[in-house]
Formats: sequence, structure tokens, C-alpha cells
Amino acid sequence: MSQQLLLQDIDEPGLHTLAVYERRGGYEALRKALAMTRQEVLSELEASGLRGRGGAGFQMGKKVSFLPHGAIERYLVCNADESEPGTFKDRELVQKTPHMLIEGIVIAAYAAEASRAFIYIRGEYVLQADVLDSAVAEAHAAGYLGEDILGSGHSLSLVVHRGAGAYICGEETGLLDSLEGKRGNPRLKPPFPANQGLYQGPTLINNVETLATVPAIMRMGGAEYAKLGVETSTGTKVVSVSGHVQRPGNYEIELGIPSREIIYGLAGGPPEGRAIKCWFPGGSSAPVLTAEDLDVPYDFDSLAHAGSMLGSGAIIVVDDSTPILDVAMKVAKFYRHESCGKCTPCREGTNWTVTMLERIDRGEATPMDLDIITSVCDHIIGNCLCVLGDAMAMPIASMVAKFRPELEAHMQAAHERALPPAAAPAGGGGGFA
Amino acid sequence: MSGGGEGEKRMRAGQGGWDRPAEREKRGASIPDPASTPVPAALRERIESAMALYPDARSAAIPALHAAQEVHGWCSPEAIAQVACVMAVTPAYLDSLATFYDMLETAPAGRHSVYVCTNISCSLRGADELLAAVEEAAAADPDVRVRSFECLGACDIAPMASVDGVYVGPLTPQDVPELLADLRAGRAIMPERQLARRLVADQRANSREFPPPPPQGEGAPTSAERDGAHASEERQP
Repeated sequence: MSQQLLLQDIDEPGLHTLAVYERRGGYEALRKALAMTRQEVLSELEASGLRGRGGAGFQMGKKVSFLPHGAIERYLVCNADESEPGTFKDRELVQKTPHMLIEGIVIAAYAAEASRAFIYIRGEYVLQADVLDSAVAEAHAAGYLGEDILGSGHSLSLVVHRGAGAYICGEETGLLDSLEGKRGNPRLKPPFPANQGLYQGPTLINNVETLATVPAIMRMGGAEYAKLGVETSTGTKVVSVSGHVQRPGNYEIELGIPSREIIYGLAGGPPEGRAIKCWFPGGSSAPVLTAEDLDVPYDFDSLAHAGSMLGSGAIIVVDDSTPILDVAMKVAKFYRHESCGKCTPCREGTNWTVTMLERIDRGEATPMDLDIITSVCDHIIGNCLCVLGDAMAMPIASMVAKFRPELEAHMQAAHERALPPAAAPAGGGGGFA
Repeated sequence: MSGGGEGEKRMRAGQGGWDRPAEREKRGASIPDPASTPVPAALRERIESAMALYPDARSAAIPALHAAQEVHGWCSPEAIAQVACVMAVTPAYLDSLATFYDMLETAPAGRHSVYVCTNISCSLRGADELLAAVEEAAAADPDVRVRSFECLGACDIAPMASVDGVYVGPLTPQDVPELLADLRAGRAIMPERQLARRLVADQRANSREFPPPPPQGEGAPTSAERDGAHASEERQP
């Protein structure tokens, strides 16, 4: 029986209200934290080894420790702009257990000495933002937010900020610009947000799931939490499984279990009679893996070693009924649409990748176009202010590398279809090189 | 298929972007004069209270545009001017936001919005057919604005749609008449398919027994919540 920390009581009726959350021991972790020094709380977070659940997987405790001290306003920003295709774990947490998130935010803000916090939630999450608004009001009324929380001297204001529909605002510096009331254009790093973030002040930015895990860490103790999972990927993780599986949804797993166990054991695998063609282990930005990789342990380092990434923890399964070109086009078009246009490699690269993929589908491409796609992807990766372009280039390049014969066959078939009947070579395919 | 944003469509149609020269004779609008820009009191109040929440009032720009869009139906020049007047920023600054964010409408939109998610997880389960069916069924109805939308974060109920902000799914093309009928009649949209009612998929979750609900009083769950539903979704447009 694996440990459930985040989903343990998730569907308990009324868990989103303070009364039920408190009856479940809610805000006890906050009391415990406030009785400790900031440094002690930080030590627990560092000992837990908790890595960010938003995509980059950076150690949360380390991030907190990077914030400068002194008489300067520090901010905490919770990234609830969950928009990585395939990801819906934060939605479930915010909607059903908002107080767990708020408790985590108050504890993290205490460790980071932040007195103002913001939750940037994507505008599409109307219900979830409403739930958060009422939870924040309840927590405020009960003294868990506001001035001098529970007599500790620690104060925190918390504002729920609704976005307006832009994938790029999930990127931390794009989010900060958006929260400042601008277009969500990413910033040059460094300076990193820990030094110069929101309103140019030191800012701790963490994902919903990361912050929601903090109360559990305080309850168990960092060292105890670190025993869950594997050495470099500690704890539990909510994995969103979607696409061609029989039971799509959120599953809380201990990091390091075989991926097969999640896709087949929990989510039921592909529909009867179908086989897995490829799967994205960490949202649509992750390079695809194939059925051969199903035994890779689901943790940060194992997936990186297998040539992909854990990302936001969203598994998208594609079965053998779908042409790989369709998958590639969906992915590429999404990033083209969402590119903010600030950096040329991403703005132009995503556009030309889509154009070339469309050419394949129309039968106007030659196998050389696949090499050009790969080259375009190579020129995007690492050459932009943020990783949105990389997020298209990595999966597309992996599809070209792993499914080249299928793409060439698709190209050939489309080419033959596109030829007028009279011009079709008698032997078939003879004129195609 | 999203086929690029609104800006791209306009650019293709030769209405702006690099294909059209800047109107160099025209002067940019300055901050609207409060004396000649009437702003509805309720809207002004919402914008001002949003501005008070942030160390820098400009952070309220997106919430303010959301509020103005609710009043005007879209980010019309009038709506932009009103927000600009209250926030003391130029209309161009707000235009730059309205054209950037997908949920801010830069052309007249219907009273109701249906966003059909057509990203990867939904399209693998038939979202493109669903979008075509919704578009066809609502084509003659100026009240309903149908859009293909990027991942709405509900791949567990794929394919799905957000109907005036309410998530429903999974949907098939056969469900479209019922969905639109509910929308037009002002009823809750397909209550049984609303995301709000969905329990987590993980069978190992909810590993502790639920104790009986606390006595009725402040903060006690309502009867609908005890039935396993988070009732707040049944909003009316």
C-alpha cells in the first residue's frame, strides 16, 4: 500500500471548507511550523529533498534558501497557471483541498520571510478560483492569514489573481510579468526571481503541488518524508494520466515505481486490442518514449536518463491507432500558438516546424525535410529566454528520431495521393526520392 | 486545430501585422479624460478594489479587463477606454494585453462562450469531431461563441468543453444538442457530466474513512456536498 499524502481524503464531502479540513488535522502543521524558527522550518524543507512539481524539478528548500535576507519586501507566488497539455493535478488539488495549499503557502512564506503572497491561477479555472477565493476568506477570518498569524508575529496577505489564458504565463518569469499587469513575456535570467522577481523584489515561486506538499512534510518531518520515493526523487507525486488509457485521471504514486505500473496498473492501459505507440512522461513538452521504455522508473533522474523528463508529471498515452504525424502537428501547432514572439528561434522555429509538418501531410515534402526539422529544433533548444521553444523542439525531434520510417511512409503515401491520376508512376513511388 | 491566434488570422486577412504600414499621421490616444469618459459605477468600483490589492495598481489590469468584458461582452474600444480612464493608463497599453490573452475578446462575442479543448489529450479522444459538431450546431446562433481552445486542464474528462466557464465532459457529438439546449434555456449544463462532480480516479485515494459530518452550523457542508458533489458549479450565466 503506497502512501497517500495529497489525495488521502481528497473526495471527503466538504473538504474544501475550513471546518472539515481542520477536523482532518488541517493547520496543525502550520502551528507546528510557527512554533519553530524560520531556519528550522527551512531545514525540514531541505531535508525532505522535495523537488519542484511544476516542471523543472528544482529543490524547493534550496530555492527558499536563495532568497536574500534583510529589510526588503519578499514575495511568494504560487504558480497555479497549470497549462501544460495533459496536466490537471493542480486543478484537482485546488478545487478539492484548497486549504492544504493555503497552509503550505503560509508555512513556505514563513520560511522565506515573505509577507505578501499571490496565487496566479489560470483564468479558465473559474470554479477552482471561486473555491480558492472562499477558502482564502475563511482562512483569513480564522486568523491563518493576515496580521500576526496565530500570535506568531508572522504576517501574510494572500491574493488570488486570475489569469486570462496564456500558456506562457506558466513560465515563472512570464507569470511575474503577467502578475505585474503586462503581457506575459519571459525575462532574461539571471537575475533569477529569488533575487529579482515580482516588482523587482526577491520572490519565491512554486507550483501548487509543491506548496500543497509542505504541510505533510512539516507533519512527518523532512527526514521521514525523504524516505518515500527514491534517493534523488523523494516523496509522492500526483500523476495525471490521459489520452488512450482506460481510466484517465490523477493518481498519487511514490516516485520511482515502474512507469508500466502507472500506465497499465493504475490507468488500465490502452483500450482492448490496442498497443502503446508512444507516451509523453511529463506533459507534451517531454520527448516521447515508446513501449520499450515502460519499465523505466517514474522519477526525475531515471526519466532524464531515458532521454525524456518527468516535467509536470503528466503522462499522455498514444496508441497505435493514431498516426505520429497527427501527434506532432497537434504539439507543434500548440507551441506556435502560444509562443509569445519575443525570441526569434522560438517564434520562427515553431512556425516553420508546423509549415514543414503540414507539407508532409500534403505530400509536398521529401525526407530531407525531416533533417531540416531536426536542425530547426536543434537551433531552438537553449537559444531563447525561456524553454517554450525547447518544449516544442524536444518532443518533435524525438518523434522524428524514433518514428522516421513511419513519417517517411506517411510522406510517400501523401505524395502519391497528391499526384494527379495520370501522372502517377506506374510502378508506384518510382518518382519519389 | 487552433490554426494560430486571432492576430494571425487578422494578419492573414491583411488587417494589420507587418502587411499594413503604421498610420504615422495618427497620434496615439492618451489617457482618457474622466470628464468625458463615463464609467458605470459598479465597474469602477470593481476596478478600484482590484487595484487596491496590489503594491503596484497596474497588476489589476487583467482583472479589470475581465470585469469590463463582463459588462460590455468584449474588450470593445469603449470598454478599453473605461478601464484606461480608471487605471490612468493608455488604451494602447490595455490593447496590448487584450490582444495577448486568449480569454479577452477583441471582437464582438456572443453572450455565451463554448471553449472546446482541442489539445493533444482531448483530440486523441475525438475533440476535433466534437468541435465540428458544436460549431455546426451553433453556427446560426449569434449568442453562442464557439472556440477551439488550448488545453483546459481537464484531460481526465476528455473530450470536454468549458461552457460559460463550467467544465463538462466527456462529450460526444451526440451530446451537442442537449448541451446547447441547456445553455439556451439557462439551465445547469449537463449536471451529471460536470467536472465538479467527478471523483478522483485513483482507487487508492480516500484511504481514510470519512467521519460523519459535523453538526450543522457555520462551515458545515451542505446536503449537496454530502452527496459527493461540490455544488458550487451550478452557476447561472
